[in-house]
Amino acid sequence: MINSSLKTLSQMLASKQISSVELTQTFLTRIQQHNPAINAYIALDTDKTLAQARAADARIAAGNAEALTGIPFAQKDIFCAKGWKTTCGSKMLANFVAPYDAHVISQFDAAGAVNLGKTNMDEFAMGSSNETSYFGGVKNPWDFDRVPGGSSGGSAAAVAARLCAAATGTDTGGSIRQPASLCGFTGLKPTYGLVSRYGMIAFASSLDQAGPMAKSAEDCALMMNVMAGFDERDSTSLNRPKEDYTRGLANMVGAQPLEGLRVGLPKEYFADGLDADVAKVVQAAIAEYRKLGAEIVDISLPNSQLSIPVYYVLAPAEASSNLSRYDGVRYGHRAAEYDDLLDMYMKSRAEGFGAEVKRRILIGTYVLSAGYYDAYYLKAQQIRRLIAQDFTEAFKQCDVIMGPTAPSTAFKAGEKADDPVAMYLQDVYTIATNLAGLPGMSIPAGFAPSTDGKALPVGLQLVGNYFDEARMLDVAHAYQQVTDWHLQMPESLK
Amino acid sequence: MEWEVVIGLETHTQLKTNTKIFSGASTTYGAEPNTQACEVSIALPGVLPVLNKEAVECAIKFGLAVDADIAPRSVFARKNYFYPDLPKGYQISQYELPVVGKGKLTIQVPAGKHGEAYEKTIHITRAHLEEDAGKSVHGAVEGMSGIDLNRAGTPLLEIVTEPDMRSAAEAVAYAKKLHELVQWIGICDGNMQEGSFRCDVNVSVRPKGTEKLGTRREIKNLNSFKFMQQAIEYETQWQIDTLEDGGIIQQATVLFNPDTGETRAMRSKEEANDYRYFPDPDLLPLVVSDEDKARVRTHMPELPEAMKARFEAAHGLSSYDAATLTASRGTADYFTAVVQAGAEAKPAANWVMGALSAKLNAEEKVIADSPVSAAQLAQLLKRIQDNTISNNAAKQVFEALWAGEGDVDTIIAVKGLKQESDAGAIEAIIDEVLNANPAMVEEFKAGKEKAFNALVGQAMKASKGKANPAQVNEILKKKLG
Repeated sequence: MINSSLKTLSQMLASKQISSVELTQTFLTRIQQHNPAINAYIALDTDKTLAQARAADARIAAGNAEALTGIPFAQKDIFCAKGWKTTCGSKMLANFVAPYDAHVISQFDAAGAVNLGKTNMDEFAMGSSNETSYFGGVKNPWDFDRVPGGSSGGSAAAVAARLCAAATGTDTGGSIRQPASLCGFTGLKPTYGLVSRYGMIAFASSLDQAGPMAKSAEDCALMMNVMAGFDERDSTSLNRPKEDYTRGLANMVGAQPLEGLRVGLPKEYFADGLDADVAKVVQAAIAEYRKLGAEIVDISLPNSQLSIPVYYVLAPAEASSNLSRYDGVRYGHRAAEYDDLLDMYMKSRAEGFGAEVKRRILIGTYVLSAGYYDAYYLKAQQIRRLIAQDFTEAFKQCDVIMGPTAPSTAFKAGEKADDPVAMYLQDVYTIATNLAGLPGMSIPAGFAPSTDGKALPVGLQLVGNYFDEARMLDVAHAYQQVTDWHLQMPESLK
Repeated sequence: MEWEVVIGLETHTQLKTNTKIFSGASTTYGAEPNTQACEVSIALPGVLPVLNKEAVECAIKFGLAVDADIAPRSVFARKNYFYPDLPKGYQISQYELPVVGKGKLTIQVPAGKHGEAYEKTIHITRAHLEEDAGKSVHGAVEGMSGIDLNRAGTPLLEIVTEPDMRSAAEAVAYAKKLHELVQWIGICDGNMQEGSFRCDVNVSVRPKGTEKLGTRREIKNLNSFKFMQQAIEYETQWQIDTLEDGGIIQQATVLFNPDTGETRAMRSKEEANDYRYFPDPDLLPLVVSDEDKARVRTHMPELPEAMKARFEAAHGLSSYDAATLTASRGTADYFTAVVQAGAEAKPAANWVMGALSAKLNAEEKVIADSPVSAAQLAQLLKRIQDNTISNNAAKQVFEALWAGEGDVDTIIAVKGLKQESDAGAIEAIIDEVLNANPAMVEEFKAGKEKAFNALVGQAMKASKGKANPAQVNEILKKKLG
């Protein structure tokens, strides 16, 4: 049951083979069993969770259930959920109980889904290993010595360890896709503006985007049906007609369902810096796509090597301003003792934020300062447009871009913790997508051996054109029809 | 040396919208602290701004009223600084690309020390939309400072002029004209006590005849025209004295103390702020199309200049009268209502500018709160026109109307003020007066014109003031003829 697809669970609930309470209880038991070791969840509230499950059962009994009614999900702790502690992985918000629901949360609530709890994450979504969380690191379910990736590390581990049916995440530079790669599941970062950011705690507003983290493309499609949609409370939310993201999945049958699909391989994504074993897995996946009928074309994204420097100007710039509201005045951490107002600000923020968050606030403050703005912020904005243009050009030659999601498999906890630049390079293949606002996906493509002889998951990245999520999900689904990488789970957690 | 003062103004006008500029919270003034602070106003984690279209409409109205360029695309930027009344740690404002560009406003500078009254055109540099901050409340709890975020997020239009003004009188005339205009077009309630209209004044001096601007000091947050006049005069003299004593002026922000009448520089630390402006990624650029402008134009009231010209042409009023009647929207509306209710324009103008205005001033009332309605005044004027009452009697009726003693005709009847217009009755009275005052008649016949007026007075007195004075004149003339 824990390995079942959302569709199967939905059918089981509808046919009363199982109740939502039973299903929820199954996951709560697993959480009780494994979470102390894995640390995927940082807030649990069994009463609230079971109340939702009971309500879902009533709704199913009343005959007005929707696809996700009664199914238990994990929610990244970046989403405000009324009555839930919402910390964003920070000491600053360690005691903050949200008085309102994020759009994503209310969408799941309206669908009748059950909230299992809030998942661990890098502090304010700043990190690629979940090690910057104030609430401690998260274990990679495939190897407890290793990180799950980040920033959505808690959601990633919860999905991989089957501590939920599926989870939500957010992706500013790769925070859904890189953990999906490192933990071996399917994650989608939608086109910027498709999922409302209302109630999602801001890191870098022009890049942040919520998306599904699940076992399969089909699960992601069902979740997208709930998550995507116009919300007038977010000015960057796109007002477009509702889509059914599952609409093309059933067509992915037969020997060559992807006939005519042009898959672009950017040469820059297969150059130095990519682990050889990871490259091998990615190439094998591409070979599989060829079998499915896809045509492979070589493309170039000439400015892609600039995406990390551009990102590390723009994201910290926005973050430095977004995080100014945590001043100890109205909510959040306030220093116990201080001399005056300035001292209160300084002590509260010095105590409330961790090292990585401080580093980014400093960088961001610097690049926006008088005299530096033009050289850093403005220049970075210009290059951002060039990077987006690269993709526009590329999509004249192909329908979907493929490549590695992350340059390596999961690394050991502590391995990169003291080397921020090495950590930043984890997102070398994912960041450009955020800068361009394009949808990106990671799907399990196999395993690569680690130095200590363990098999670790490898993700294949798909990048689509704007609003091309449905096609990307079809393309991923076709692959998942002929492979079973997405169904694998760690032996020790079965 | 002769000095010249150079003045520019930045005015924060609170826009009269129902809700805040980036949220649905109410903007009503005077509510219990923090009762009008929604999750956006208090900047909870995860909240986002959504631009209030009403505020944009106000900005467009202003742009149209001062004949300004309205930007087809303008950008909201974040102005970053920490202060307890600024919940997000940044203010959303417009920086490089404001919604309203260059415009102009013609002011009337009244006669004064400088001589005759004159007109002058003040150039508007820009006007931009931004959100107001909350307020710090000191002393509500002993030894503590509180924060009231009711005002946080109230829409403001900051209107900036070129350094076009050359005296405190010009600056005040501009501020008054602007104050009237924003109320006229309905974008601001103009309440200066409640902070709806606040002026920052940039003042510098230079030797007369030179071009180069002196170093300016900015007088912050003036909330009355009287203080503005005093503050500019003091500041100007202070700068001149400083320079004449061999000192230099340093750029500074100063505050005016109404108790001492002096300006004083705030801590210089305030000026060292680097606001790190950058475009707000939570908001899209503000796009104003020609259609938007056309739509707003259809809700624009007739502007004062146009109305003044119309009053002169349609009602034959003098330029001075027309200007006085259109100096405020309230007066113009009242006058228009009186005329529409059937009164003749000229006497209506005289009454509005005369008796009514005097009474309002004496009781410190605004015309909108006048106890005498436009319909009542029109009725009163009709009764003068149709000879029911004399001008003198009309003044009594007006006082009674003011005191709320009923409608015009009732008051005339109750007070017995109806004018005697029956020729026979008046003739009888005059005969009596002539018989009783032979000496006066003799004087008149001897060529003393004054005696005629004395006889008229006697006749009026004999009629207890009710005789129609025109008829008295006429009949008396005939009899003495």
